[in-house]
Amino acid sequence: MFDKHQVFTNMTNGGPISVYVKDGKIVRVRPLQVPPQELKPWVIEADGKKYSPPRTFRLSPPCHAERNRVDSYNRILYPMKRVDFDPNGERNPQNRGKSEYVRISWTEALDIVSGEMKRLMATYGGHAITGMTSSHHNWGIVGYKMGPFARFMNMLNYTPIFDNTDSWEGWHWGAVHTYGFYWRLGMPEQFDLLEDILKNTEMIVFWSNDPDTTRGTYSGQESAIWRLWAKEKGIKTVFIDPLYNYTNATMNGTWLPPRPGSDTALAMAISYVWITEGTYDKEYVAEKTIGFDAFKDYILGISDNGFAKTPAWAAEESGIPERKIVALAREWAAKRTSLSSGCRGGEGGACRTAYSTEWARMMVCLQAMRGLGKPGISIWGGTMGAPADSKTWFPGYAEPRGQMGKSGVAKNKLALTNTTQQRLFRLTLPEAIQTGKESFLGDGFCGQSIEQHFKRNSYPIEGPARMFYRYGGSFMGTMVDTNKWVKMYQSPNLEIVVAQDCWFSGEAKFADIILPACTNLERNDVGEWAACGGYTTNAHIGNNYRVLVREQKAVEPMGESKSDYEIFTLLSERLGMQELFTEGNSEDDWAKLFYESSDVAKTVSWEEFNKKGYHIIPVPDNYQATPSLRWFAEGRDVDTPDTGNPKRGTDKAKELGTYSGKIEFASESLRKNMPDDTERSIVPSYHDSWEGHHSELYKTYPLQVISPHPRFSFHTQYDNHTTWVDEIPLHRVEKNGYRWWPIRISPADAKARNIRTGDIVELYNDRASVLGSAVVTERVRPGIIHSYASGAKYDPIVPGQPGSTDRGGCINLLTPSRMTSVNVPGMSPNSLLCEIRKWED
Amino acid sequence: MPKYGFVIDCDKCTGCHACFLACKDEFTGNDYLPFSAAQPDSGHTWIRLNEIEHGEGTKVKVDYIPRLCQHCEVLACASVAPKGAVYRRADGIVIIDPLKAKGCREMVNACPYGAIYWNQDKDLPQKCTMCAHMLESGEENTRCSEVCPTEALVFGDLSDPNSAVSKLLKKKGDKVESFKPEFATKPATKYLNLPKLFIAGEVLLADKQKECVKGAKVTLTDVDGATAETMTDFFGDFEFKNLQRNKEYTLTAEFAGYLPTEVKVRTYASLNVGELVLNTL
Repeated sequence: MFDKHQVFTNMTNGGPISVYVKDGKIVRVRPLQVPPQELKPWVIEADGKKYSPPRTFRLSPPCHAERNRVDSYNRILYPMKRVDFDPNGERNPQNRGKSEYVRISWTEALDIVSGEMKRLMATYGGHAITGMTSSHHNWGIVGYKMGPFARFMNMLNYTPIFDNTDSWEGWHWGAVHTYGFYWRLGMPEQFDLLEDILKNTEMIVFWSNDPDTTRGTYSGQESAIWRLWAKEKGIKTVFIDPLYNYTNATMNGTWLPPRPGSDTALAMAISYVWITEGTYDKEYVAEKTIGFDAFKDYILGISDNGFAKTPAWAAEESGIPERKIVALAREWAAKRTSLSSGCRGGEGGACRTAYSTEWARMMVCLQAMRGLGKPGISIWGGTMGAPADSKTWFPGYAEPRGQMGKSGVAKNKLALTNTTQQRLFRLTLPEAIQTGKESFLGDGFCGQSIEQHFKRNSYPIEGPARMFYRYGGSFMGTMVDTNKWVKMYQSPNLEIVVAQDCWFSGEAKFADIILPACTNLERNDVGEWAACGGYTTNAHIGNNYRVLVREQKAVEPMGESKSDYEIFTLLSERLGMQELFTEGNSEDDWAKLFYESSDVAKTVSWEEFNKKGYHIIPVPDNYQATPSLRWFAEGRDVDTPDTGNPKRGTDKAKELGTYSGKIEFASESLRKNMPDDTERSIVPSYHDSWEGHHSELYKTYPLQVISPHPRFSFHTQYDNHTTWVDEIPLHRVEKNGYRWWPIRISPADAKARNIRTGDIVELYNDRASVLGSAVVTERVRPGIIHSYASGAKYDPIVPGQPGSTDRGGCINLLTPSRMTSVNVPGMSPNSLLCEIRKWED
Repeated sequence: MPKYGFVIDCDKCTGCHACFLACKDEFTGNDYLPFSAAQPDSGHTWIRLNEIEHGEGTKVKVDYIPRLCQHCEVLACASVAPKGAVYRRADGIVIIDPLKAKGCREMVNACPYGAIYWNQDKDLPQKCTMCAHMLESGEENTRCSEVCPTEALVFGDLSDPNSAVSKLLKKKGDKVESFKPEFATKPATKYLNLPKLFIAGEVLLADKQKECVKGAKVTLTDVDGATAETMTDFFGDFEFKNLQRNKEYTLTAEFAGYLPTEVKVRTYASLNVGELVLNTL
């Protein structure tokens, strides 16, 4: 009954799993089953109490529905062709998103796709092909996004598309100019902060941060218990967020809900109190920072035409009473306070608004005034900082050594030999395709240097892209002003669109050819939990244990779906490039090669690992904590395992990554490279949002909408995949047989519009109209609407019509295309004005 | 003989719904006869979370009550069922027999806790089995408590003094409650920190309204004269928790040098009394 199963090991983006299979079907998925004696929990001692994690793994909630997701009602089971797409005749690009599909054979599908690739490469060159992967739909090294896709596409000399920092825009484009950390894309190191919090912190200010919902990106619910420990220990918490968020619901802190977009004013007013009352850490500011005088002048109104950033002004801007702002500032000055904003798992809405660079910079400035790095005084996302062995290296998908196109395990490093110079940028891809030209600042993720922020890229160089190869769709739902993606897909400039995905995402139905891919439960791979590598080195510190898993194929791929590696191998074969692409390696050969390149292989053989299915890297007995930035505060060489820090091990090892090596209240990198930018100014500055309560548009659309990252899906992934997740109350709400996306509204705003909980409502502005299920709640203040971003269901009432009312809950149809500020190409979905009305009578 | 049961700490529940999904994973499409027939793909929630939002303005709370079969000693569901269709085993697990209970739709409404669901296709009432099939196979946990990230759901053998659930009961036994004991079914599932009502507010001084008042004394007195006392925090805020529904209270705020102020309130729900402004003497 229960024991007659085969049990396979695997990994999700929210934790390791054991997959139980009977008669070729998955019957159960549990957190990876490991005998408790194999786990050696760490112990943190604080105030005479010992804190230790349970001997088990805490998955992200939706990962408990993997079985339902593999066998999803929404799986793509066969190759398909749009009925009115004829590569040798009429292509009808205008009908993308409208027309139906017909099932075709793999042979026909591969012939069409490879035939188009050959034609484009012969006629124009490989640059005529572009494509992009999704985030977070699977896990692994051999079969995930930066592996076979990048190896294959670069082999063709395709035009790569830069990613935008969708989640932490303000930190990336702003905070880097205040404290460096460009090699972490603007987010600070988090090492050993759990111990520091428990031992030293007296108050935590969660600022636009809901770690119980965002979960440290890939770390599941490992840190949920840490935050309960902090609560039980009596650490005071304050939550600054327009939503009474889920972390607040658990920790029961004081709620200060600011008007969206006013967070920077609030931060400046706090610094005003510290400056005028002389309560900042003057010694730290003098020794560890530069530019404070200019900052002080700006805050006090000595510069900026006498405009002082007083609590009274911030109260007016934010709607938070002046006395509360002053009280918070004073308590913050009196107590060792951690600022929980930014960082992995703390990528809240405030960093994705107009001028959000200034907010993120202010977060760093505030903690600099408190002595950032001193005991108890940190910038902590709330989800990272467990003790761990960070010396043992294992490849992650986001680092070159974990990518089959770049790693030393490959003979031909095909991802490094792409001769195409031109680049596209995800946020402006629709414009670039439609107009044929585009220019943008930065290299997407600017992880190599600060100077990358100022580099201007122009497209085209070689020539326009004509094929769009989409892999794992999520842009309809995650990208702002989604209607422009509809227009892009229908542009005749795209001669062919291919979608390779496991599920019918909102985008799949804009493709001409759909290729069914399998999930990582249906193929072999290797992967470490949460440790993506790359710009987040040692991301395993969000977990209580380091877990490596041999991802084992548990069942045959559903329908005719195939692994990504197999699909690209078959395409390579038709292009006469199979040997070059595979080097004669099967998926398992690659998995073994990657494993054997790791430090773990020195002690555990591939055969042993392969047989057992997992390996736990224990915390060393003599573990010594090296809390983040303590080295900086104490004037020592960097001692944390932040291996991307380029100053590590050099004579500048005591310095931060800024030009001066110090925290820069007045940024030297901005002074040198863009001194005339008044929006991302040398000293952080406050600006009325270009779509906020001071805007002209506010008269027509008086509701400010925030759409932070969702609670029960990962971007779009897991939503609209499984009945089980869809049935979670308030993930979606069923009415009349349809599962609607919840839209939260305050009782006052609801009453004024005669809206009650459960009513189908229309949220609208001049850009779009989206339907959802009203949730009347005290958890948002009057004037504010909350609805999570990233609903996976794009379901226009008129299919394929840009601007059609959407039933699916694709909130990003409403959000603006406008970027953070004039020189900052970040998305700003939380600067959004709308009106709402009842849809049904 | 083991005696199985749950102790559920509502204060620790984060509303993550891992239990909800793990339960679906275990039972949807999977038969475990003679304990349970497969759960349908949709519509059943053998464990679910009541999300309770209370309070007003900026004084809001969100609490959860995990809800599942209470494995009662007195089987309200049995009163409408044929003999043997539902029974309580010696180990405390209440099982709806998937064969004998066929057609007995009345059981769905007979359960005062709403824990029984109707399987239309199978013509069968269904509910939580404490994962009896897993326990029979030597497992010690249910799927829901296995995945609970904060150990809000604790399951185990109550007759084993070393089990986690026994240790928890020993430590917090005096605080253990039943959910809706008024149903008089002697539920075996026990709760800690079931959500109660609260009264919150802020104290202000009439002549210093731009400052928060820390350390003002606030007293809550019920009609019988019983009192509770608290001090305002640095935001000037105060809060009384664990209050009974529909009771009358008098709130008194005091601060040295100011006239005390008093308000009468009734807890028809959790309340934000707003700002209590104290005038100078």
